[in-house]
Amino acid sequence: MNARLGPGKRLLTHAILIVLAIPFLLPLVWMVSTSLKEDTQIFPREGEAASPFAIDNLIPSPVAWHNYADALVEVPFLTYLGNTTVLCVLNVVCAVLSSAVVAYGFARLRFRFREPLFVLLLMTMALPAQVTMIPQFMLFRELGWYGTFLPLIVPSCFGVPLFIFLMRQFFLTIPEEMIESARMEGASEWQIFRQLVMPLSIPVLATCALFQFLHTWNDFVGPLIYLNDPNRYTLAYGLQQFLSEYGGRWSHLMAASAMFIAPVLLLFFLTQRTFIQGIATTGSKG
Amino acid sequence: MRRDRLGYLFISPWLIGFAVFTALPFIASVCLSFTHYTVASSPTWVGLANYQTLLFDDPSFWTAIWNTLVYALVAVPLGVAAAFVLALLLNVEVRGIAVYRTIFFLPHIVPVVASSVVFMWVLNPQIGLVNGILRLVGIEGPAWLQDPSWSMTTLIMLSLWGIGGSVVIYLAGLKDVPASLYEAARIDGANVVQRAIHITMPMMTPVIFFNLVMGIIHAFQYFTQAYILTSGGPQESTLFLALYLFFRAWRYLDLGYASALAWIMFVLVASITYGLFKTHKRWVHYE
Repeated sequence: MNARLGPGKRLLTHAILIVLAIPFLLPLVWMVSTSLKEDTQIFPREGEAASPFAIDNLIPSPVAWHNYADALVEVPFLTYLGNTTVLCVLNVVCAVLSSAVVAYGFARLRFRFREPLFVLLLMTMALPAQVTMIPQFMLFRELGWYGTFLPLIVPSCFGVPLFIFLMRQFFLTIPEEMIESARMEGASEWQIFRQLVMPLSIPVLATCALFQFLHTWNDFVGPLIYLNDPNRYTLAYGLQQFLSEYGGRWSHLMAASAMFIAPVLLLFFLTQRTFIQGIATTGSKG
Repeated sequence: MRRDRLGYLFISPWLIGFAVFTALPFIASVCLSFTHYTVASSPTWVGLANYQTLLFDDPSFWTAIWNTLVYALVAVPLGVAAAFVLALLLNVEVRGIAVYRTIFFLPHIVPVVASSVVFMWVLNPQIGLVNGILRLVGIEGPAWLQDPSWSMTTLIMLSLWGIGGSVVIYLAGLKDVPASLYEAARIDGANVVQRAIHITMPMMTPVIFFNLVMGIIHAFQYFTQAYILTSGGPQESTLFLALYLFFRAWRYLDLGYASALAWIMFVLVASITYGLFKTHKRWVHYE
């Protein structure tokens, strides 16, 4: 509607938005605040009742930076970070490349049953993972992959339906004449894909890479099912394990959570446009 | 034909992946659901016994169905409505609107495990932030996640924290509503609310519909947050289908039974989605 508002209404809009923003922001502010507190600031003294919230509770004094260093060692954050990074890099590369090849096939090549196959691909997006989870688990166990990273990487080497869909939509916008003239000059489909279509498609490739990174970074169920060796835990899984073992160490838990969230927020601020546009197109193309 | 072969070559990664990781497991899962299978022994055929037990002899199953339906039918429409209203609010031109948009969007990208850990702390009954704030106005808040009469409500409220993703989708949709429609309505003397109801809402129904369907499909698979925050408790008050399936499969290693559960879940999701598509023509507006 993009209504232009008078000063009174403008003020009211600000007031409403600020009040609404509080519950969205406060948990994160509280997380950072707790992560910098000493236990004496977090827990009430022996025999003392829990007190009402006071605004100066938000500000840690003294500032306990050491919580972050402690969390690095205690969680152990760096081991998990290494594992998560390896999984993220491999998944992003495999998912984006394989999806692009498949998307090019669906967008630019003609073959029998292309349309029904594409509908089938779209339908798999709505299939609850639970339906295939158990046989998949049995398959990977049979292959001897249980406890390794393989079940968390290999499936994304075969194209991700959402990415195939997004890339196909993008590839379709590349003018037919460009591709046709490359064909006339004797370029093979693979060359056209590699040298013409891929370089033109950086925006959509970036969106998919971003989505895959987030998915792998956040994934909890995969590691929960397939990992059993603490040396191979990811951050998401390791953090939950730490919570269930040392539930009361709030300062360390919050420091670890903050460090777990920080790269995602950083990535968001660096790539804001790709981010927002990616989500917007996923929603409206449905 | 040569051309056919080339096309299939390009889509072969997906074809193979689909066969191995979707189609075969899909079929295997039907078969498994008719067996008794605990990882130690090989599967034995039991016919419909798993389904029989589930439907007639397993109160936890019905609890899980009920909880999942409550969650899907309350949290999803609530989230759609809240995100829509928020998008309308964020679609005005005031200074700093980009900052507000960012604030509402941020929680959406916070990893679920991290937000769950934070919620656990914020909702701590004794020393958590929320009950601390409530004490300011003299209310002693409930135990939230640890109180069976509050746990479901709490999870539903927490689901609203991440609506920023849908807000972005709605905002994009709002930009696509032709300005000429509003102009015409304004000339006809329609006020802000009338314009919202008679122009914005109908024009946005395709996007709302998409969000509703995806929301319901996801709600049936609601897992991670519940697993971390409540593990189905207290007293099964937050036992969802996906959780129950997970416990059956990976705690009790009762894979046949869990497969039957998966299939009931699949049939439920498919029929609700189908039902929604049936109503589609009646209220979803396409140009």
